[in-house]
Amino acid sequence: MFAGKIIGRVVATQKYESLEGRKLLLVQPMGWDKKPKGEPLVAVDVVGSGAGEFVFYVAAREAAVACGGTSLADTPPIDATIVGIIDGVNLL
Amino acid sequence: MFIAKVVGNVWATRKHKALENTKLLLVRRLDGISGKFLDEDIMLAVDKYIDAGIGNTVLVMDEGNSARQILGDKTAPVRTIICGIVDTVFSKGQTKKWH
Repeated sequence: MFAGKIIGRVVATQKYESLEGRKLLLVQPMGWDKKPKGEPLVAVDVVGSGAGEFVFYVAAREAAVACGGTSLADTPPIDATIVGIIDGVNLL
Repeated sequence: MFIAKVVGNVWATRKHKALENTKLLLVRRLDGISGKFLDEDIMLAVDKYIDAGIGNTVLVMDEGNSARQILGDKTAPVRTIICGIVDTVFSKGQTKKWH
């Protein structure tokens, strides 16, 4: 799982049918020291996060699993999903 | 699997239901003999049954299906999971006791 910050939202009227009803957010990947790292990406949100929040997300296959779906037929095509809102980090 | 050190933890109230009642630990890969960190990357790993703490040297699984099998939940969006605490490493004629 990776850390990121919500920097915006994305709206797409025309999209693949199983993406309908999903909240798409623009995420800036961050290091655990809260420094930006890499390029922003679009992720689906399943925990109700909002602008400016520090979150953690999963990528790849786990992103589809997080959106419900364990078999190929019911798995939506998603490559990043926000699965938690970070309250605090304790890093040595 | 790889050897890593627990360097921190994260707490979150709102999270995916599969992550409830688990610890979220920050781990960093290290050399099992010298104890030197191998890179700058810090990963967030789930710990459900091992109960590792900060400073522990742990065995980390970084594969989704294995993680879901450990959690016993095929809907868990988890790839990185702690699956053991390292006691001793033997390599190239050397022995390193960690715990």
